[in-house]
Amino acid sequence: MFDRRLLTNFDWVLILIVLLLATAGVVNLYSATSNGAVHSAFYLKQLTWIGGGLVVALGVSLFDYRHLQYAGFYLYGVNLLLLLFVLVAGEARMGATRWIRLGFMNLQPSELMKIVIIIALAYYLSERSSLFGFSLLELTIPLALIGVPVVMIMKQPDLGTALMVVFIGGTMGMFAGIKKPALIFLGGSGGLLAVGGWFLLHAYQKRRIMTFLNPELDPLGAGYHIIQSKIAVGSGSLWGRGYMHGTQSQLSFLPERHTDFAFSVFAEEWGFSGSFLLLVLYLLLILWGIYIARVAADPFGMFLAVGVTAMLFWHIVVNLAMVIGLLPVVGVPLPLFSYGGTSMLTTMLGVGVLLNVSIRRFVF
Amino acid sequence: MKLKPGWAELPVFRRRFIYLSICAAVVFLLLILRLWYLQGVRSEYYQRLAEKNRSRFLPVEAPRGYVYDRNGNLLLDNRPAFDIVALRQEVEDPEHLFGQLAPLLDVPVPLLRERWVRGKKQPRYQPIMLAGDVNRDCVDRVQENSVHLPGVLVEVKPLRAYPYAELASHLFGYLGMISEQEQRSAAFGGYRPDALVGRAGLEREFESYLRGIDGERRVEVDVRGRELRILNLVAPIPGNKVFMTIRRDIQQVAEDAFGDQSGAIVALDVRNGEILALASRPPYGPASFARGINAEEWQTLLNNPRHPMQDKALRGQYPPGSTFKPVTALAALQSASVNADFSVNCKGSFELGPATYRCWKKGGHGPTDLKKAMRESCDVWFYQAGVATGIDQLSKMAFALGLGKELGFALDTERSGLIPTQQWKKRRFNDRWYDGETVIAAIGQGYVLTTPLQLAVMTATIANGGKVWRPRAVNRVESLDGETLFATEPEMLIDTALDPRALKAVQQGMEAVVNESGGTGWAARLAGIRVAGKTGTAQVVRRKSDEEEERSQGEEIPYQFRDHALFIAYAPAQNPEIAVAVVVEHGEHGGSAAAPIVRAVLASYFSSAGTKPERQR
Repeated sequence: MFDRRLLTNFDWVLILIVLLLATAGVVNLYSATSNGAVHSAFYLKQLTWIGGGLVVALGVSLFDYRHLQYAGFYLYGVNLLLLLFVLVAGEARMGATRWIRLGFMNLQPSELMKIVIIIALAYYLSERSSLFGFSLLELTIPLALIGVPVVMIMKQPDLGTALMVVFIGGTMGMFAGIKKPALIFLGGSGGLLAVGGWFLLHAYQKRRIMTFLNPELDPLGAGYHIIQSKIAVGSGSLWGRGYMHGTQSQLSFLPERHTDFAFSVFAEEWGFSGSFLLLVLYLLLILWGIYIARVAADPFGMFLAVGVTAMLFWHIVVNLAMVIGLLPVVGVPLPLFSYGGTSMLTTMLGVGVLLNVSIRRFVF
Repeated sequence: MKLKPGWAELPVFRRRFIYLSICAAVVFLLLILRLWYLQGVRSEYYQRLAEKNRSRFLPVEAPRGYVYDRNGNLLLDNRPAFDIVALRQEVEDPEHLFGQLAPLLDVPVPLLRERWVRGKKQPRYQPIMLAGDVNRDCVDRVQENSVHLPGVLVEVKPLRAYPYAELASHLFGYLGMISEQEQRSAAFGGYRPDALVGRAGLEREFESYLRGIDGERRVEVDVRGRELRILNLVAPIPGNKVFMTIRRDIQQVAEDAFGDQSGAIVALDVRNGEILALASRPPYGPASFARGINAEEWQTLLNNPRHPMQDKALRGQYPPGSTFKPVTALAALQSASVNADFSVNCKGSFELGPATYRCWKKGGHGPTDLKKAMRESCDVWFYQAGVATGIDQLSKMAFALGLGKELGFALDTERSGLIPTQQWKKRRFNDRWYDGETVIAAIGQGYVLTTPLQLAVMTATIANGGKVWRPRAVNRVESLDGETLFATEPEMLIDTALDPRALKAVQQGMEAVVNESGGTGWAARLAGIRVAGKTGTAQVVRRKSDEEEERSQGEEIPYQFRDHALFIAYAPAQNPEIAVAVVVEHGEHGGSAAAPIVRAVLASYFSSAGTKPERQR
């Protein structure tokens, strides 16, 4: 049944921010891929993904998100099966097995897990939340919820996505409140895990971290990305080299300049002034997400909004920090900006959830 | 305690929302500060790095695949060629550069400008070629002046090389620059805009096997465009190796034996259709195509009255003349129109109704049986046998021996030749067939047209007892690791059920042509090997009156009106291995002009048969 209030309460602010960012992304992509005969394919494809993504987002916002409470665990279960399927019989690309071929697209279950874990945790946390925070015992279930897919995603191996799931879950947990002893315990064992995990990392992942700490170790290999990205960003200076005039990016100098390093192209061509505006726009998106959580009509909606906002936040921050040399290269796309259908779809699913919660903030 | 409505206003959550917002803002502030550090504080440093530390991507062209003969002799190679190219993004003042380059390259400024403008249509950062395949001196001059030529580079790329110059040019074909249209088509995906692609023959038909995969070189350059070091090199992968069925030595002998004469020769293995040699004369220089041929050179080749660009072995259609006589004999015997003892008394002419058909020998051959008719090429015997047999039986036999239609030779388009039938005449001229036409068809004149390839296949079919094998010039394609990617097998097109006695009689006749006194093919005789063959002379212009013919004997006839000389042969007669067909354009007499060429080829085949040279590369 369609409720007129849904239309009057429609969240134009959110849609406006999303459209501004996506447009900037396409404009940038056009420049980043203009080197070469087939560049048009990239920005045109990105445009179709944006269009498709918006349809998905609006679609998701149509039905009442509260139905998701009960679907959350089933979705979670199905997603785990998909992850298992990927491990057994997925499509291998570039040495990693992350995809299921569907014909019209290649499904990446680990991407989907980012949304599904938000729904599952939001349900659990909203059901069990208390003013005094969770004890360690109460945290075993959410920890397991996060831990199982994370281990499976690490196996693929897809360190970036696994980290994202941990960050999203961690943020939601922290927001829900954790008792001090539990926090200390988690912090301590997290540190131990990190040390122990070093030995579980793939050689290339270790190398990435090592070269992050000292890029000159491998200036032609893994360090190359960081060095070149910093040069591109830095040489943009205050006002940039001008659209389509970035020498670093245009000289096919930057690797993966249309995907993970799209921002370097932007920063080189638009300078600090442009980058600053883009960052402000992203910050507005995050703050608006938090606002939606604050005005949500129920705890489930609140946790959903917090989770989606956390997902966007960590993607943005990790990507930007990587591109400007504050974090190692982990292969996380910049939401709404990097080229890629899966990333666009996941982001738009999240935007749809935010819209959904936002529209229904008065519907009780 | 569970949360109730109104929960979000609880102080504990309100605080958390504030914390969240502050955390987010702080993190973004950190990112902005970092950006400010990179783009504001250190921007000069990074701009300097960007200036100094630029890199270039340069394509590294893959060499085309090697081509070998059946014994592993290298026939097509590659050689390094030097191109002078300019990198668009590093050239600041093109006009100034043209002025500098013109004297060094010895290329006029307008031409340089034209190449530059054309090159700018290519994707950006693709080097623009200003002069291709320049000599060493030119390279030296450019390198000495490199300081004044920012953005100009000397590129080395592999170019097709022809170790045996013009050998087998028509079989190999030539290369040409890819067209803009081709570049947009899927079949040529991944080709560079200045790529050379096969335009004819083997190079075209086996393009997908012969082309390699280009590599890429990433080099670091300084502000002046000087290369500092190679950052990354993706090595090109050369094309695959093609092994042909031809034998280099025989091919060479065949072409040399032609001398300055025009025409075509085909030699093949009668047991499986493998081409041992195939040549069309005069040849063209494929090497000039590899370098890039200009319109003027192209026009010269096209306008040459001897048609060097045409593969006459496949596309030259000639009246077979007397080389057609074995077909007539086989048809007559097989259809029992005449028997093996059929004999005529040749008085120099044959009369049919009001018309008189003359034998080439004015005084006549006297009593003539099949063997003598073959040996001395008596026209009258074949006139009579032909009329007795009828055009439809003649054409049926001709088709069965592989004449009159394409044989499916893979390397280039063939012409079908023409074997006339009553139906054909009706369709073509809307007229009935006359017996007089059968008379001249019986000696391979009139409407009858064949290609040298068909003649060779026909000869092989007579030699091997009736099997028409599809002629093949490529044996197999191997990858660089020696894996077979493509291979041809003997393919029988027609199994002609030839009457063994008829066949025997014709074969004996052909043996007599070469080996018995009075035989017209005496010049093809070989010591130690019995050769069977048949001469032929094909009229280029229809004979006029007797007087005219008398007057125009010998050297006085202009070259283009002289008759074509033909010869077909196989050997050894008892156990045939090789069949050869030769057409010498305007060579006049098969016995004198064409038979020696056949002889040279057979001699080469048998002198070196079984000895295999060292396999190269």
